[in-house]
Amino acid sequence: MKPLDRKLWRELWQMKGQAVAIMLVIVCGVAIHVMFGATLDALGQTRARYYQEYRFADVFAALKRAPESLRERIAALPGVAEVETRVVAAVHLDVAGFAEPITGRLVSIPDNRESRLNRLYLRQGRPPAADRDDEAIVSEAFAEAHRLEPGAKLRVVINGRRQTLTIVGMALSPEYIHQLRPGSMFPDYQRYGVLWMGRRALGVAYGMEGAFNDVVVGLTDARAAPDVIDELDRLLTPYGGLGAHDREDQPSHRFLSEEFRNITLSATLFPVLFLGVAVFLLNVVMNRLIGMQREQIGTLKAFGYGNGAIALHYLKLVLIVVLIGVAVGVFAGAGLGRRLAELYTMFFRFPFLDYRLSPSLVLGALLLNLGGAVAGTAFALRAAFALRPAEAMRPEPPARYRATVVERLGLQRLLSQPNRMILRHIERRPLKSLFAVLGIALACGVTMAGRFQEATITHMVEVHYKLSQREDLAVTFTEPTSWRAIGSLDGLPGVERVEVYRAVPVRLRFQHHSRRTTLKGVPPGGDLQRLLDADLRLLDLPSEGVLLTDYLGELLGVQAGDRLTVEVLEGSRPVREVPVVGLVKEYLGVAAYMDLAGLNRLLREGPAISGAYLAVDDRERSELYRRLGDIPRIAGTAIREQEIRNFHRTMEQTMLFFTFIATVFAVVIAFGIIYNSARIALTERGRELASLRVLGFTRAEISYILLGELGLLTLVAIPLGFIVGRGICTLFVDGARSELYRIPLIIHPSTYAFAATVVLASALLSGWLVRRKLDRLDLIAVLKTRD
Amino acid sequence: MTDPRDRVFLARGLTKIYPMGEIEVRALRGVDLDLFAGEFVVLLGPSGSGKSTLLNILGGLDSPSSGAMQYGGRDLGVYDDAELTRYRREHVGFVFQFYNLIPSLTARENVALVTEIARNPLAPEEALTLVGLADRLDHFPAQLSGGEQQRVAIARAVAKRPEVLLCDEPTGALDVQTGIRVLAVIDRVNRELGTTTVVITHNAAIAAMADRVIHLSNGLIARIDHNTQRQAPDDIVW
Repeated sequence: MKPLDRKLWRELWQMKGQAVAIMLVIVCGVAIHVMFGATLDALGQTRARYYQEYRFADVFAALKRAPESLRERIAALPGVAEVETRVVAAVHLDVAGFAEPITGRLVSIPDNRESRLNRLYLRQGRPPAADRDDEAIVSEAFAEAHRLEPGAKLRVVINGRRQTLTIVGMALSPEYIHQLRPGSMFPDYQRYGVLWMGRRALGVAYGMEGAFNDVVVGLTDARAAPDVIDELDRLLTPYGGLGAHDREDQPSHRFLSEEFRNITLSATLFPVLFLGVAVFLLNVVMNRLIGMQREQIGTLKAFGYGNGAIALHYLKLVLIVVLIGVAVGVFAGAGLGRRLAELYTMFFRFPFLDYRLSPSLVLGALLLNLGGAVAGTAFALRAAFALRPAEAMRPEPPARYRATVVERLGLQRLLSQPNRMILRHIERRPLKSLFAVLGIALACGVTMAGRFQEATITHMVEVHYKLSQREDLAVTFTEPTSWRAIGSLDGLPGVERVEVYRAVPVRLRFQHHSRRTTLKGVPPGGDLQRLLDADLRLLDLPSEGVLLTDYLGELLGVQAGDRLTVEVLEGSRPVREVPVVGLVKEYLGVAAYMDLAGLNRLLREGPAISGAYLAVDDRERSELYRRLGDIPRIAGTAIREQEIRNFHRTMEQTMLFFTFIATVFAVVIAFGIIYNSARIALTERGRELASLRVLGFTRAEISYILLGELGLLTLVAIPLGFIVGRGICTLFVDGARSELYRIPLIIHPSTYAFAATVVLASALLSGWLVRRKLDRLDLIAVLKTRD
Repeated sequence: MTDPRDRVFLARGLTKIYPMGEIEVRALRGVDLDLFAGEFVVLLGPSGSGKSTLLNILGGLDSPSSGAMQYGGRDLGVYDDAELTRYRREHVGFVFQFYNLIPSLTARENVALVTEIARNPLAPEEALTLVGLADRLDHFPAQLSGGEQQRVAIARAVAKRPEVLLCDEPTGALDVQTGIRVLAVIDRVNRELGTTTVVITHNAAIAAMADRVIHLSNGLIARIDHNTQRQAPDDIVW
């Protein structure tokens, strides 16, 4: 081995503590980059294959009832490749031993042949026999939630008639990756299930022999969707069409897309942040490490080593650290990525997972880290090369210290000699001090980014479910129903208060913006469902005009006073102009709100309602649930407490896993940055401090001089870190806004406290490690040689 | 000995000005000097007289602000960084007051660092034997005494068989006994290998070893003494 390479390995071994700290930072940056990148790739790939292999439809339409003969006309539309007509209905389910109301969706599958669209992935069992009207397949999630096996019996109310079904299989469907109960935003597999039955059997039960009430269409080309939707609406309107839509408005797909969007955001923001911090640190550390070798560089040059050979020598050092860091990071990231992708696969219930590590992901991480390290090295080497060897070998001239600002202000009497040394040292190299502060501040900020969401989610729940949606129970009807329904709800056991609402699917248009959403009519002065303004104060519902969720208003580009076009997507499909009277603060979901009577007038219909919110007496819940199950018109029942639990669970399963990882990595990075700052300071000033020891300073005193500086920089960095952290959180919050939810920028004091604690603890631990080295300073060496 | 054909270095009107903050330090103020092959020259003078600056310019570690500096008839002043590097690599051996050994390399490896890139070097072991350190080959600098470290530095400097050996206060950090041993090694290299040797010192006693003693003062050559008889290092009285 060449002597220069020996030097390399020995010096690397000597600075192993620091090298490991740098590697750890690289490992974290790379691991998080690879973890998210690979997960994102895997999810995108998996969903695409799932959709393709199981023929997920492109256009969807529900209607009241149309003759089967209409199928031919739909199939003949230009751009249509496949058509499957179906019977779909809402049902009440009864699982032995489960007291709360369960609702579900019955979907027909063709008898004796494979479905052309939205094929089932049969996990277990077999399809229903064509000649049986009491066999069904259930969604796997529902079966698992109730531990149902093939052969289990399920009591259902189909079209008002009680019937017992035998479960013959469990399945997954690309159409119900997310199984969302109408009106709910988060899945609840215990209280909502999807069932598939043979087309003939279901047709008989619902009086749909030779007819259908739902149709799905596969396109030859996705670009044909808008035309096909228009044509389909035209064909279906006479048959009570509820408005055709494409995948974007299909609930499961939409939810999935929003989830993907959020993962993409995290998968972009966190790696950029972590890699950025790692690269920054690498740059700074390499710069300073090589700066300290200036004398050796001078010697090598004096003996005739060229700049190229010396540069190569130091690049090798950097390469070793970076390559090991990147290799471990890729390995860890690939492992974590697989774990995360598997978590999502379980959460989304994909039948399979296409997971692979793309070379571009690894290459990107490698290049970024190499770039940062090489840039830092090059910077330092350039400075060293610019010196003539004679100068480089000379001890650095006594640095030009001067009285600090504090002293010039005449406050020196307040400062002891060590304190003056600390301040002067910081002031002498302002750029270096600034970089040190910046590094620690970044560490502090990154720590906040991983943490702040937990407190924020709690706040969202408080506002949404305690200030706004305050009902105990929400029921939705299968179709708009007359006011008389209240009477029947009022009389149920335990019901203390009933507030009704009317919900209509609409498309809102303003200028070139349009959005499909729900227009909700609510009676004024309600106590269970309340609307809030931007400051979370109660908002009075005007008798005319609509209120929009603030985010919806933003999407449509409307403000109070603008006139909005409302296209109703059911019934006679009227199109109306309505003024926007204000915006409503909502963190979850989006909707438009009107006065109930105003909406009924707008629709030119009688006093019809779509559902009701109930306040109930806890003691009579089970009796109430039983009675509700007997009312066939009720399509779904949502229990608020359960909704809150579902929301938390969904958040935990998706967001909190990687915020946990991010927090762990942030802590590691914080420590890496601070430890390196302390170690470099020690190396740079070891001789000076040893000289002080020789002059009679105690260990504690010299430790104070060195660690006091670190402490002061840390204390300055923490408030700066809070600002950085707030900035990062803002980026995250802005990016994560979707129709599903908007995370408010609320940084709980505990988040600040956590970040500050991590930084302080890292500083203390680093200080302790450095202090141990200070205690072993070689006092003789400093007398024998110069530096 | 003074035949111009044996002239190794030729300096005319050398000046060197360092900017030091707001003031300028004139380290050399117009030095004319010739050095000849195989000569042992001592540069004598107080601190700040310009000795080190002159030595650094001779060795290609620094460039003059003005004036001509020729080595073997070629002007070092026009060399760029790469040419200076090659010049140092092929022709010059350095010994510094503070040894400048690489602490992470053993004695043998420190010497190998230079023989590695030289054209016709001594073996590191041979060079270390020459300076009396045959039994310390695998010791790290931290395990060697100051005198031993300096001898490693000399071995490192001579292992490449340089035409010129430049020593900046080689005994400055050493006690008398050790200093004499080190000087003996330099003397031996000069005699046995015929290396043109320039030694900086502010210890006038050492001057007795030299062929010529150049007295520098305030950036100028004050006078040059010729010794008719070179004294052996052992006979020097400090």
